[in-house]
Amino acid sequence: MLRYILKRLQALLISLVVASLVIFSAVEIVPGDPASFMLGINAQEDTIMALREQLGLNVSLTQRYFTWVTGMIQGDFGTSYTYRTPVSDMISERMVISLPLAIYALTLSTLIAFPAGIIAATRRGSVADVSVMGVTQLGVAIPNFWFAMLMVVVFAINLRWFSAGGFPGWDAGFFAAMKALTLPAIALALPQASILARVMRSSLLDTLSEDFIRTARAKGLTRRQTLWRHALRNALIPVLTIIGLQFAFLLAGGIIIEKVFFLPGLGQLIFQAITQRDLIVVESVVMLLVFAVILVNFTVDLAYGLADPRLRRSR
Amino acid sequence: MSLLTINNLSMKIGAVEILRDVSMSVDPGQILGVIGESGSGKSMTAFSVMQLLPEGATCTGEITLGDTNMLTAPEPDLCAIRGNDVGMVFQEPMTALNPVKNIGDQVAETIRIHEPSVSKAEALSRARAALDRCELPGDRFPLTRYPHEMSGGQRQRVVIAMAIARHPKLLIADEPTTALDVTTQAEILDLLKRLVVEDNMGLMMITHDLAVVSDLADHIVIMKQGEVVEQGAAATLYRDAEHPYTKALFAASSHQPDRSAPQHALPLLQVKNLVRDYSLPRTKLFAPAGKFRAVNDVSFEIKRGESLGLVGESGCGKSTLTRAILGLEALQGGEILLDGKALVTGGHISRAARRKMQVVFQDPYGSFNPRHKVARLITEPFHLLDTPPTGLAHDLAIDQALISVGMAPDDKHKYIHEFSGGQRQRIAIARALIIRPELIILDEAVSALDVSVRAQVLDLLAALSEKHGLTYLFISHDLSVVRSITDRVLVMKSGEIVEQGETETVFEHPTHPYTKALINAAPRLPDDIKETA
Repeated sequence: MLRYILKRLQALLISLVVASLVIFSAVEIVPGDPASFMLGINAQEDTIMALREQLGLNVSLTQRYFTWVTGMIQGDFGTSYTYRTPVSDMISERMVISLPLAIYALTLSTLIAFPAGIIAATRRGSVADVSVMGVTQLGVAIPNFWFAMLMVVVFAINLRWFSAGGFPGWDAGFFAAMKALTLPAIALALPQASILARVMRSSLLDTLSEDFIRTARAKGLTRRQTLWRHALRNALIPVLTIIGLQFAFLLAGGIIIEKVFFLPGLGQLIFQAITQRDLIVVESVVMLLVFAVILVNFTVDLAYGLADPRLRRSR
Repeated sequence: MSLLTINNLSMKIGAVEILRDVSMSVDPGQILGVIGESGSGKSMTAFSVMQLLPEGATCTGEITLGDTNMLTAPEPDLCAIRGNDVGMVFQEPMTALNPVKNIGDQVAETIRIHEPSVSKAEALSRARAALDRCELPGDRFPLTRYPHEMSGGQRQRVVIAMAIARHPKLLIADEPTTALDVTTQAEILDLLKRLVVEDNMGLMMITHDLAVVSDLADHIVIMKQGEVVEQGAAATLYRDAEHPYTKALFAASSHQPDRSAPQHALPLLQVKNLVRDYSLPRTKLFAPAGKFRAVNDVSFEIKRGESLGLVGESGCGKSTLTRAILGLEALQGGEILLDGKALVTGGHISRAARRKMQVVFQDPYGSFNPRHKVARLITEPFHLLDTPPTGLAHDLAIDQALISVGMAPDDKHKYIHEFSGGQRQRIAIARALIIRPELIILDEAVSALDVSVRAQVLDLLAALSEKHGLTYLFISHDLSVVRSITDRVLVMKSGEIVEQGETETVFEHPTHPYTKALINAAPRLPDDIKETA
């Protein structure tokens, strides 16, 4: 198992280096000079030059890449071109919303999907199965922002259980903050839970038709014991893959939901930064997201290793 | 009193009748052989005893195990009986074990599920004892082994250990050795026999292979299409079978196709000093990758019109050798000559060479594209021709190919799922024949077929060889089939040819110890059946 972890770790480092190179060059290739953008179209040539100098845009590409990377390792993401504030502050300000929101949504989605998928698979063809399949079909099909607005109308405007948007900050207390994140989390979780429940169902159905399930029943295990002791762990691999992918998406992919609920999250930050040619912010946020994705995949890989002994050796 | 009594058991799945009035019984210490071809209902009879039936199945009649009527017992009682009073061993050892649990936990589970008061340590030590009894000693097979770290035969021993861990009164073995090599099969059969004697256990042994049970079973039941057609003591049934189906089954099992194809002295295929290495995964990051020699310095030739057998157990390199002859493997040494010309030139096998060779694979279900009709499937080799026939000639070629394998020309409009396994294998042969090749490689081509269908396909092959002057390379693990259809035979072990010669000579007077072991391990029908057949 240790060798498996080391190998995965090695892959993680290589991915990070490659990703940083790709992001850096991609951002460099994008047309538009931040200095001239900041100063407007009527700016003097020498003013632009001075600003370029000040922003550190005049040194060679390699040098800028290394400054960027070494800075990031030390937690220094540079200074935003537009707002003249440290990028790390801007990111952490957004992270305190985006990260809990992603975890909240993922937890909800898993809590809904696992029982739904398991019930549907073990009672294949029953009313429960048909309802789960129908509801999840709907969950995948409904745009989540529309569902979000619907929830705002019902729970915020009519019932007045939740506020319609905004975030009071963690200073307002854990429950107040979580309450503000609840509707967005549900909106984000709905399509994810639908997909996850379907994956869980089909994966479990496949596993339940395996020979070793029959072996377990021949040993005298009840259906329930067979499910918990033999089927679930084997059915988990594809489900873990989807969870990993979903977490990465939830971190920054919820931009529309952030808009609907007026949440200043990472998605909004990157959107603003792109429209304002704030390349240093774009680079840093994208790099951070890539890092998160790679880290999540690493965790998922470790989970695979725990779930399936065959993988520990073969890779 | 009998241990297990099945009385007039009928079973339906939905409206389809699967079993009809099946009756049989097993006494303690007795081995009952249940024999039948696919679809005969032999496995369903076993699953009815366990009450592990597919959804929608309904049974009528009576199954009594000890004092329990299995058909009326509630599910909790059945759970208490399964694994405790009756154990079961399955056909496919590769998939019968949970891949994510180690063998110790899996065997111990049988014990703890029936005796919850037993501590985990105690259960594990009993699991150890059960594995020891199944000849998996603790120094080589610790309880922490996972199934993927074991071979098929070893996994089957684990399944058996699980089944006998609670010393059940009855053991049901559903084709327990079908997926195994002959030498492994012989060992597993010996093990089952020993366990029956030691525990005075009843054994219900289900198989399609008459030879497997011939020197094992006390009593034999022959099933066909959900019914028992004949049963009796093993000692007499083999000699005094009365039912025409039983007789036909016995005849088919020892069938000898009539072969009189002329042979020529000229070699068609020559294989010289062939070497094929596979690289192994690196053990350390920068260490050089290891090598595994799958085929080691193999030389042989096939004469025109000859039928050459290639036998060996799984992993011996016969598949790699076959793939090399088909030009599908890069070689590390040696050469292959077809009709005196090098088969592979410049890394590629020429179309002209491909035209002369066709192959028929083992799996009649997986080797066809299910979305194409038969007409398209069997004309696939036409792309090897420079001027493939068109129009009428094209249709005529299809019809001829189908007729030559005993199918109707109208079958060309059907899809492959409309055919049985034996028919599919005929279509596979039609596909191989359609461009009139000289050499046909039959890679376990009859292994998946029932004995009666197998006999028909072997006859067909013999007739085609005579008619078209075909040369066969017949690869199989089944020694009796090889013996019946080949002129010469090669015995392969660990990538090398250890013995070769005239088939009859090799079988009658094997010289290499491995050949001797193989022939001794192969189950055989009693000799006097062959004479009556």
